[in-house]
Amino acid sequence: MHFDQISQYLLSGLSTGAIYALIGVGFSIIHNSTGIINFAQGEFVMLGGMLTLFFLSALKLPLIIAVVLAIGVATLAGVVFERLAIRPMKDASPISLVIITIGGSILIRGIAMLLWGKETHAIPTFSGNDPILVGEATILPQHLWIFAVTAVVIVCTKLYFSFTISGKAMRACAYNRRAAGLVGIDVKRMVFFSFAISAAMGSMAGIIVAPLTMTSYDVGVMLGLKGFCAAIIGGMSSGLGTVFGGVILGILESLGAGLFSSGYKDAIAFVILLVILLVRPQGLFKKGETERV
Amino acid sequence: MPRILSSIVASVAAVFVLSSGAFAAAPIKIGALFAVTGPASFLGEPERNTAQMVVDEINAKGGIGGHKVELVVYDTQGDATKAVQAANRLIKDDKVVAIIGPSTTGDTMAVIPVVEKAQIPLVSCAAGSKITDPPKKWVFKTAQNDSLAVAKIYEDLNKRKISRVAILTVSDGFGSSGREQLKAHAAKYGIQIVSDETYGPKDTDMTAQLTKIKGGQAQAVICWGTNPGPAVIARNAKQLGLKLPLYMSHGVSSKKFIELAGDAAEGIMLPSGRVIVADVLPGSDKQKKSLLAFVKDYQKHFKAEGDHFGGHAWDAVMLLKGAIERGGDTPSAIRDELEKTRGFAGIGGIFNYSSSDHAGLSKDAFVLVEIRNRDWILVK
Repeated sequence: MHFDQISQYLLSGLSTGAIYALIGVGFSIIHNSTGIINFAQGEFVMLGGMLTLFFLSALKLPLIIAVVLAIGVATLAGVVFERLAIRPMKDASPISLVIITIGGSILIRGIAMLLWGKETHAIPTFSGNDPILVGEATILPQHLWIFAVTAVVIVCTKLYFSFTISGKAMRACAYNRRAAGLVGIDVKRMVFFSFAISAAMGSMAGIIVAPLTMTSYDVGVMLGLKGFCAAIIGGMSSGLGTVFGGVILGILESLGAGLFSSGYKDAIAFVILLVILLVRPQGLFKKGETERV
Repeated sequence: MPRILSSIVASVAAVFVLSSGAFAAAPIKIGALFAVTGPASFLGEPERNTAQMVVDEINAKGGIGGHKVELVVYDTQGDATKAVQAANRLIKDDKVVAIIGPSTTGDTMAVIPVVEKAQIPLVSCAAGSKITDPPKKWVFKTAQNDSLAVAKIYEDLNKRKISRVAILTVSDGFGSSGREQLKAHAAKYGIQIVSDETYGPKDTDMTAQLTKIKGGQAQAVICWGTNPGPAVIARNAKQLGLKLPLYMSHGVSSKKFIELAGDAAEGIMLPSGRVIVADVLPGSDKQKKSLLAFVKDYQKHFKAEGDHFGGHAWDAVMLLKGAIERGGDTPSAIRDELEKTRGFAGIGGIFNYSSSDHAGLSKDAFVLVEIRNRDWILVK
C-alpha cells in the first residue's frame, strides 16, 4: 500500500464528501424550522442540473445567466411545493409531512422525465478539465468550485442564522414553534423561507456537481440519500457538523472501495449510518440539547 | 345483468369488426414485445421505432406476397410478468404468427415457455447467451452474445501482447453478465485478471477503483457498463493520468458516450456492431448496404442516429420477412424457414441459423473501434 494511493483516496473522498455536505445542509435547514425531513431535497439538486442544461442547450444562454435562472426556477419550485403540498396540511404530524415530501419527490421526478426525457446529459465544466496535482494525488478544477461554494454557503448560513432577524426567528422556530408563535414570529413564513433557502441551496449543489457527475432526471435519488446521511451524521446541523458528516461519508466510501472491496462501497457507508443512528441518534457532534441551527 | 348484456354486445361487435377486416385484406399479424418504458427503455424505444418503421416500409412496397403486415406492439416495461401477460395476449387475442422481442434477457426467458407451448416462433432482441444455448425449437435471437464482444477485446489484447488486465464492471444485469464472460474466457486467451472491481449504476466517482487499479499490476483496463458510468470512468481515468489502454463494452457504442465523456473519450477502444461505422466500412463489406439503408431511414424518421439496439429489431423483422416470403405465413413454416436462413447480411452481423445454432452470429459480428477526434475509427 503506497502513500500516494492513500492520499488519492482521501482527496477523492474529500471532494465527493463536499458534494454530500452541500446537499445535506439543505436537509438540515428544513428540518430545523419544520421538524420534517424533506425527501424532495434530492429533486431540487436534480432540478438545478437539468434546468442549467435546459437554459444552456435549449435557450443557448451563457453559463452564468443559465446558472442564475436555474437557481431562480428551482427556488420557485421549492416555494410552490411548500404552498401546495406542505402548508395546506394544517395539523399534520411530521410523519405525514415526510410522506408527502416523498410523494412530491416522485412527482417532480416524473415531470422532469416527461419534460426532458430519460437520457443522461453532460454539462461543461466551469473552468477546464486539466487535473491539478496535490502532492501525489489529483483533483479537477471543478472540485475547487465545490469546495469554494460549500465554504461560502456554510459561512453565509452561519451569518444569516446568527445576525439577521429572520435568521434568528427561524432558530426560534427550531427551538420551540409554539413559543416562537407566541412572541409574534410568523412560523408559517419561516417554514416558507426555509423551503426557499434549501431549494436554492439544493439546486446550487446540483449545478456545481453536474459537470462531474452528469445529470439526468433521476440523479436526485442517490445524491439526496447521501446528503441525508451526511446530515444525520452531522446531527442535522446546518453548519460544520453536516460538513464533517459529508466528508466522513465521502472518505469512508472512497477508502472502503480502495482498501476493501468496491462492491461493498455503499454498504460500508450505510452500515455506518445505521450504527450512528443506533448509538448516537443525535449525531456525532452534538452534546445533548444544544443549539441546532 | 346489464353489464353481461353489454359485454355480449361488445364481443359480437368485435367479431364483426375482426371478420370484416379478414375479408378485406387478411394481413399477416406479427407481435412485438419491447421494453418501451422503464429502465430498459434505451433498448425498447429504438427497437419499437425501428420495427414500426420497417413494417411501414414493407407495406408501402405492397407487403409480403401481396399481404399487408400488421405489427401489434405491447410494452413490457422490462417486467417479466408483464411480458408473459402480453405474450399470452398476442397469441390468444391477436392471433399473431410470430413474435419479435422482448428487449431484455429476463423478459425473454420468461416468455419462452409461453411461445413453446403455443408453438409460435420468437425472435428475441436480447443479448443473453442462455436464450439460445441450448437451442430451443421455437426461439431465435438477433442480438450479439456478450461472449462475442469479450472475444473481440481479448483478441486485440493478444495482438498487443498484453496478458494482465483489470476489469471494472457495473453491478447490474449487463455488468454481471459481462463480468462472468470476461472471467470465463480469460484463460482460453492466456489472460490473467489481476484486479476485479465493480461500481454501482448510479455512482458518480470511480477514482477510488481506478487508483487501486493504477497501483496494481494491470496492463490494460476493461470496463463493462452502460451510460453514464463508463463516461464517468473515462473522465476519472483522465483525471488520474491513467496511461493504460482502456476498453469499454458494446454497451456504450453510441455517440452519446462520446458526448458525455468529452475529451476523455479519446483513445478508448470498444467492440461494436458495424452500424456506428457504416460509412467508413470498405465497399466489399456485405452488410454495408443494409447498414446504410437503416441509418438513413432512422435519421429521416426519428431525427436521431440509428443504433445497434434498433438494429436488432430491424434484423428480426427482415428475418421474418425472408422466412414468410419463402415458406408462407403459418407459424410452423416460419419457424422452419427461419432455421434455414443462411448468409443474411443484417445490421447485427451475417446470420447463419441452423438447427444447432439459433443465435446465428460469429465474432465477426463485432468490429473493434477506437474513438479519435470525437468519432469512431476502425481498429485493424
